[in-house]
Amino acid sequence: MHDTSAPAAAHHGPPTTFIRKHVFSLDHKVIGKQYYDLGLAAVLIGMVLSWLMRIHLGWTNFAIPGLHLLSKTGAPGDVMTPELYLQLMTMHATFMVFFVLTVAPFAAFGNFFIPIHTGAEDMPFPHFNMMSFWTTFVAFCVMLLSFFVGDGPTLGGWTQYAPLSAVGSVAGPGQGAGVVIWATSIAIFCVGQLFGSLNFIPNILDLRCKGLSMWRLPLPTWAWFITSCMGLTSFSVLMPACVLLILDHVAGTSFFVASNLVINDQLQPHSGGSTLLWQHLFWFFGHPEVYIAIVPGMGIVSHVLITNMRKPMLSHRVLVYSFGALAVLSYMVYGHHMFVSGMNPVSSIVFSFPTLLITIPSTIIVLIWIGSLYGAKLRINSASLFALAFISLFITGGVSGFFLAQPSIQILLHATYFVVAHFHFTMAIASVFGIFSGTYFWFPKMWGRMMNETLGRVHFWCSFVGVYCIFMPMHYLGLAGNVRRYSSFPADYMSPLVGVHQFITIAALFTGAAQLIFLYNFIHSRFWGPPAPDNPWQGTSLEWSTTSPPPWDNFGGRHMVVYHDPYQYGVQSSKGDYVMQDSPEQVKTENEEP
Amino acid sequence: MATTVVPPKIKPRRSPEPGHPGNGGFRDLVPTHGNLPAVQDYAPVPSKSAIWVVIAAIAMSFAAFTSALVVRQGASTDWHHLTLPPILYLNTLVLLASGVTLEIARRRVAVFMGGPRTLDLNPARWLYITAFLGVVFVAGQYVAWLQLRSEGLYLATNPNSSFFYLLTAIHALHVLGGLVGLTYVLHKLHRVVLRRSTLDSFSYYWHFMGILWVYLLLLLWMKI
Repeated sequence: MHDTSAPAAAHHGPPTTFIRKHVFSLDHKVIGKQYYDLGLAAVLIGMVLSWLMRIHLGWTNFAIPGLHLLSKTGAPGDVMTPELYLQLMTMHATFMVFFVLTVAPFAAFGNFFIPIHTGAEDMPFPHFNMMSFWTTFVAFCVMLLSFFVGDGPTLGGWTQYAPLSAVGSVAGPGQGAGVVIWATSIAIFCVGQLFGSLNFIPNILDLRCKGLSMWRLPLPTWAWFITSCMGLTSFSVLMPACVLLILDHVAGTSFFVASNLVINDQLQPHSGGSTLLWQHLFWFFGHPEVYIAIVPGMGIVSHVLITNMRKPMLSHRVLVYSFGALAVLSYMVYGHHMFVSGMNPVSSIVFSFPTLLITIPSTIIVLIWIGSLYGAKLRINSASLFALAFISLFITGGVSGFFLAQPSIQILLHATYFVVAHFHFTMAIASVFGIFSGTYFWFPKMWGRMMNETLGRVHFWCSFVGVYCIFMPMHYLGLAGNVRRYSSFPADYMSPLVGVHQFITIAALFTGAAQLIFLYNFIHSRFWGPPAPDNPWQGTSLEWSTTSPPPWDNFGGRHMVVYHDPYQYGVQSSKGDYVMQDSPEQVKTENEEP
Repeated sequence: MATTVVPPKIKPRRSPEPGHPGNGGFRDLVPTHGNLPAVQDYAPVPSKSAIWVVIAAIAMSFAAFTSALVVRQGASTDWHHLTLPPILYLNTLVLLASGVTLEIARRRVAVFMGGPRTLDLNPARWLYITAFLGVVFVAGQYVAWLQLRSEGLYLATNPNSSFFYLLTAIHALHVLGGLVGLTYVLHKLHRVVLRRSTLDSFSYYWHFMGILWVYLLLLLWMKI
């Protein structure tokens, strides 16, 4: 049984070989950084795809040099066909949602910081942790493979609605092998994320060091814990859905294809399946996935703001409860994606109610942030700027959510650019800003070097102005009835909107280019940045109690003991206005919640 | 086979005293009045939480399959309810019996660790019997598939047969996964480094497989 004098931890020695150190590493910190790099690769792919789409939307007949390399048939004369547009759109969303928004804020930062925040030596099951990354990497490679197989990747959108996703290539390029590859990749991805939850949850429950109660966990770790629980219960539903979809393709079953379905003048050899079944299974995963993307960002942003405000949030516990409420409600609202699916209208009302309800914890979270910021002497740096922008983006996206939560309005706005604006502001851009905030904040700890602050601020302002220029006009496009997923706007009621699309395209190219500043800063600082001190931001949580970067066993053999709540700022101590969590120094604990 | 140290008999204090803020979460980690050395240091074993994580994931997956089955059965007219191969009932008994043998093994390990160390207890023998019954169960499932094939019922023949093959195959895969786990447990037992928590976690998984199978059998047997 366990040694009772030391916290239970995963025990493995220091890595000795290059492979064990950098490739098949058991160290959660290396795995976290591998996840981060994977997310970075995926975001670059997703961003280039969005550039190609935006250029086509602004200037439909523009020949993009080299586009034919992406698709054998989709780019005659380097001009994008509607089919290729849809394929790029599907891959943009897939890479972004799964391999960026899930991987970076949750798997990357979570892996790196959960054991450190809990004072543990490593994750409880390092081999599963390693498998988690490599399984995800295989899923990424399989998804990339679809560009090179048959007639390219699937064009069905990341939602892969049946029946067109289940009938094969008769439904369009990529709907045969492309869908099978997509579903296989996603199923593998689900396995990888389940391996992740298998480590995150027991680590937080069981490997906390002495003195570290659940309430003494920092907010990001709470967010990762709640996200792990969501991932556990939602990815395990998506995986069976993918299995059923694959079987409809390769085994001739009829789970999702109805009888007597004629597509492109061909009677489909399926019978009796339910197209709505796919939507139910998918969105049972899909809506929690939105919160899997955003809740870690909320935790990270809270952490960053607290450190830079030099005072704790108005209520640590209410924030945690609100994160939990978001998680629970996220399972009860998924039907709001299906208001126009032919679902019983009563169901629409049933799903609409919790959707409106979910604004309550969201509002509480935002009010706690704003209320805590009130009167705070906020240190302005790249991390805190991105954290502030996160709040701005989340509010902007949240306000449009009020409209979409109500079936009577949503039916009008369904599948328009209004929806595109809404979900990009909330789950996409806000989450990405959360990742940026976390990167600028934790870079010294993760890579042991400092990033360039000036470049960080230039990156921030270009990105912040840029994303508003991209997504704000989309609300107007949506209200004007501009349907999403169209690759061009022929001479009809949408043609006067092309000018707006051209503006958005220029903004997207500008904002994308601004990310190259980040990329340069990230790569340059990673190798040549000035060495980071152990605690550059005067933080209190356990990651700042060890070296930058931490040694292989996190704390150099020390058994950590925690004496304080995670955010003891605004106190008087020997160090200044803060007390580290592991410092036995007694201070006035006015910030400790009753 | 002297393995393992006897687990410390520590009763975790969950709520130290009335009116205490309740810090401590699942473990009593925070002293009531700042006296850290007084805190008991016994740490729970992560594998016990982890196995519940695994069970939750599998349960959610089968819940998804169940909802698919219910929707598919209710929404169509092409559902032909098939007669289950009788060998399934025998397989059920075999799997349930393997649960019993596992419990016997677990109790023997407990006695062995807590009391007289005699090789007569031989828990490994009961674990081998469990493994054997597990293999018999999977083989029995394979025989059931052969029987259905001989009746001309294949995966895509009708939705009921689709679900039958799918659910039984995925369950059998999880049982095979359990057998891999059992091999690990036996390996640890023979190397005399088996932890009680490892055996306990495995047994939770194995019993869950049994319960899940009974559930699936009822689901496939019932007309909804």
